[in-house]
Amino acid sequence: MADPDDDAQRSMYRTMVLIAACDDALRSAISAGTITMAYYSPRGQEAVAAGFAAALRRDDYLVTTYRGLHDHIAKGVPLRPLLAEMLGRAAGTGKGKGGPMHVVWPETGLMLTTGVVGSGLPIAAGLAWASQRQGRSRVTVASFGDGATNIGAFHEALNLASVWRLPVVFLCQNNGYGEHTAFAEHQRTEHVADRATAYAMPGVTVDGNDPLAVRAAVSDAVVRARSGEGPSLVEAVTYRLYGHVFGDRMSYVPAGELDAAWEAEPVGRFRRLLLERAVVNEEEATDIERDCARLVADTLDEVLALPEPAAHELMTDVVSGITHA
Amino acid sequence: MPDTAAPTEVSVRAAITRALDEALEADDTVVLLGEDIADPGGGVFGVTKGLSTKYGSDRVRDTPISEQAIVGAAVGAALGGLRPVAEIMFMDFLGLCLDQLANHAAKLRYMSGGLTPVPMVLRTAVGGGLQVGAQHSQMLESWLTHVPGLQVVVPSTPTDARALLHACISSDDPAVFIEQVPLLQRRGVLDDTAVALGVADIKRAGTDVTVVTYGRQVHDALAVAESLAADGPDVEVLDLRCLAPLDEDAVLESVRRTRRAVVLHEAVVTGGFGAELAALISEALFGHLLAPVLRVGAVSAPLPYAKNLESLALPGPERLRSAIGRVTSYGG
Repeated sequence: MADPDDDAQRSMYRTMVLIAACDDALRSAISAGTITMAYYSPRGQEAVAAGFAAALRRDDYLVTTYRGLHDHIAKGVPLRPLLAEMLGRAAGTGKGKGGPMHVVWPETGLMLTTGVVGSGLPIAAGLAWASQRQGRSRVTVASFGDGATNIGAFHEALNLASVWRLPVVFLCQNNGYGEHTAFAEHQRTEHVADRATAYAMPGVTVDGNDPLAVRAAVSDAVVRARSGEGPSLVEAVTYRLYGHVFGDRMSYVPAGELDAAWEAEPVGRFRRLLLERAVVNEEEATDIERDCARLVADTLDEVLALPEPAAHELMTDVVSGITHA
Repeated sequence: MPDTAAPTEVSVRAAITRALDEALEADDTVVLLGEDIADPGGGVFGVTKGLSTKYGSDRVRDTPISEQAIVGAAVGAALGGLRPVAEIMFMDFLGLCLDQLANHAAKLRYMSGGLTPVPMVLRTAVGGGLQVGAQHSQMLESWLTHVPGLQVVVPSTPTDARALLHACISSDDPAVFIEQVPLLQRRGVLDDTAVALGVADIKRAGTDVTVVTYGRQVHDALAVAESLAADGPDVEVLDLRCLAPLDEDAVLESVRRTRRAVVLHEAVVTGGFGAELAALISEALFGHLLAPVLRVGAVSAPLPYAKNLESLALPGPERLRSAIGRVTSYGG
């Protein structure tokens, strides 16, 4: 799979910068006490999101997890409703009733963000079944961490998707840890992708800090899914730079590992590559970074001033009460 | 239709099959999935027999033995625009897929502010009374009624079963439809009465005591009521049909008249749905009641295999008769 054109590469860089800027603003606001929430930083995983999203159509489905901000942004959730949801405001994607762990935006295919590890995979299979039934070429991406690959839902979903030849791309963002347990201590397989063999589907491991590599691998899987050949498992090896949840001291991380991870940090790395390839010049890159920082700061300020949901929302949307004749 | 026409009598099983058949016929987005639901078996109890042959094995679809995948796929299919009807072979297996039901099906509408409703049905069988042991017999409806967002239905007659299953399938929200196996063979009238979710039904009118019940215990209650008709209290039998949403008005209206209530269900009494009903009645009608609300259900033990012990564990007519005797003689 050839690299995309320069415009597309600039766009991927912008996505990564926007994710990092958003993450930076949120961590700063939490540190400053401006906002309060359980926050699962995706910093370090920007390339995975920018890469897979570049391989998808707008109407392709995405199912992701509580560490999902990067996926949300890459899949096109507008910043205002996204941040409003994270801050529990009425203008949020779920009227402020779901919170950061439950962002959805069906307009751009984001159908589920779950707070339960692994649970999204069977649901992704079901979404793909619907597309298969409807005769659509739409593909579903299920995004999850390495920690999810030991739970029954992972295995049940891969098996069902394989048996039914469903158009799903199982995308494991292997960030090295399931909560606080290192990869090597939670499974014996060298690569998550090795598990694809058990379900008779292709499994590949790629550098998750290289958005072009992720895009290429996911594109191959998408082609296979769209043509009716069934699911694939793509493992993007990356690193979560701020640990499990905001405030994590990462005392379980061996000395030196974090420094090495920062050296391989994907946003700066992609920037260097684009400069080297003259896809952007220094001024253009700086413009992108300044624009994203400003957009995030302005949106966050705007959202902070927005109202919380009205009291009547408490009992709205529990059930619809609607029955079709 | 001439008055002399004999009413159609069918089994509850046939009524359920008919509802599924009609739903598949009427709406192309309706799909069925579950273990061994396709022909030739048509499900372990034959409820889906004939449907895969008629509508294709991609619409009436066999699955691996994989409960979390079944319910998760139903949730996803519902998000994707289908109206899936999933089958979990026995209600006891809900433990294998409860996350999908309780954390996803039930909550996705609310957590998305209405953007992602989950119009799915989960049909599941319960084998209490059939000597199939403790892992294939337990009524667990109170696990479900405790989760806001789920609709819970337990039919007792062919007409109700068909109508309520239609109501579940056409609802925009998740519903669990509970099929008690001993009830499947029970025959009764099947007519075209529509039944909305959350509407109880007085199966027998009475003046002295209300038995609030649902599912196959409705028939036990009716039998006990008839046995007392000659010289005992006049028993009203209220069939809830649907536990969530609950027809609170019907419960309170009935007990306001009779001033005595006994709650009867197959499930274990402790922490069962009967506790909710007893609380509802007591809170609303405390000063008006002539006796405390009594609960009749299974004992707090895993359901035993041996026939004599299983009979002792489940709430039979004798325990109901005794409870009715206690509330009608209370203080006297």
